Amino acid sequence: MTEWILFVVLSVIAIGSAVMMLVGRNPVHCALWLVLTFFCVAGFFLTLGAPFLAAVQIIVYTGAIMILFLFVVMLVNPEREGEPAVPASHRRAGLTLAAVLLVVMVGAITTRSGLGAIPTEPGGVTLRQVGTALLTEWMLPFELTSVLLLVAMIGAIVLARRRIE
Amino acid sequence: MEYVVMAAKAVVVFALVSGSMPFIVWAERKVMADAQARIGPNRVGPFGILQSFADALKLIFKEDVVPTGIDKRIFYLAPILSIIPALITFAVVPYGGPDLKLFGYPVGYVADLKDVGILYVFAVTTLGVYGIVLAGWASNNKYSLMGALRSSAQMISYEILLGLSIMGVVIGSGSLSLVEIVQAQATPYFGVIPGIWLFAQPLGFLIFLIASLAEANRVPFDLPEAESELVAGFHTEYSSFKFAMFFMAEYINLLTLSGVITTLFLGGWLGPGVDRFPILGVLYFSVKTVALVYFFIWLRATLPRLRYDQLMRFAWKVMLPAALINIFITAYWVAR
Repeated sequence: MTEWILFVVLSVIAIGSAVMMLVGRNPVHCALWLVLTFFCVAGFFLTLGAPFLAAVQIIVYTGAIMILFLFVVMLVNPEREGEPAVPASHRRAGLTLAAVLLVVMVGAITTRSGLGAIPTEPGGVTLRQVGTALLTEWMLPFELTSVLLLVAMIGAIVLARRRIE
Repeated sequence: MEYVVMAAKAVVVFALVSGSMPFIVWAERKVMADAQARIGPNRVGPFGILQSFADALKLIFKEDVVPTGIDKRIFYLAPILSIIPALITFAVVPYGGPDLKLFGYPVGYVADLKDVGILYVFAVTTLGVYGIVLAGWASNNKYSLMGALRSSAQMISYEILLGLSIMGVVIGSGSLSLVEIVQAQATPYFGVIPGIWLFAQPLGFLIFLIASLAEANRVPFDLPEAESELVAGFHTEYSSFKFAMFFMAEYINLLTLSGVITTLFLGGWLGPGVDRFPILGVLYFSVKTVALVYFFIWLRATLPRLRYDQLMRFAWKVMLPAALINIFITAYWVAR
């Protein structure tokens, strides 16, 4: 019962703040609404018995990524520059893409795993289980992700260097 | 019942941590004064010990200046966001062992998060950046914004070092739980030297110490509020109680970081005779923590402020490789 209440409260806050993030005009306010959404996601992980994921969610997303977002927003200060005019064709294309994505995701979720409760491990997922899974079963995706991040990092440095010279 | 006990422990720890803050400020002023051949506060109460309370009262009764052109909601939110993380970090720091029991309930720590432990500390300390960044941005002042930008870059860089430098301790202890990390330090090396991680992980300790100075915005890493170039940095526009909240957050952070270093590297509550009289553990923990606080104050009186590019270069080109080498050596030593 407690889990059900928590789920409803967290979902309402998560979706509400996500909507606020979309409709907000001020980029810094939008970033903060997104932070609130991330917190709710961390809360979901806690109710699903994955405290490690919850901690990582907060450290990585709210602690590092959103701070970088804010950093860039503050440096660029888009408020002063005003919003660029978006052509109507771009808006239509964006809406179509979003609709297609929504259909695909809803379809995938309902057909693959259904809408029931996610089964949780009794006593929660331990760190040992997470580590073992990452380095055995999911070894290849795990390593590929790190290579991807490395490539992105080197790419950013290359672009920055070219600009200077 | 378990939740009631936990709530009671949380209230006591919360009161003690925030209650010790005026004394840390007083100690800092006294030690700084000694280092600079001055007397320091000596009018209010014996040895001026009530000076901080007088200052707090003064701050509360000051006019609350709200500058024009600010983002009001965020301006008010920022000091709160900066003090909450400072206060809640202590929840996982064990100040007494699991043997310390009152009416059958363990009271040596507020909570022992088994699979999260030290990650909780990192998750919460990263949130402290928001207070500073938003304060600087909402103030609509270029000095505040400069301070905020500096602090976000600085804190992200040094958080990575905080995380990497304790990996050696985590690998050696085989746990993320702060209680288990302390317990892993109980066996002495060669039967005589205390088994604290300070001796087995000197490099990790040094990196963690330096990174936590940067994380707490202490000298020589207090760039976000460098008064000679940025007025007062991110809290330039804050006055009255909102300023007091930033001030409190800073000193509580100092205490919390000292507690975390004590737990990770100095054996936490461990000390002679603690297995027979568990209450001694609280004393040992307090003595070690206060000694570290003194060390941080001493550093402030000794070192000049770094330049910003030096700070970043030092983090990425010296400390990061050193922390990685430390991890590899420890992993090799454990796997051997």
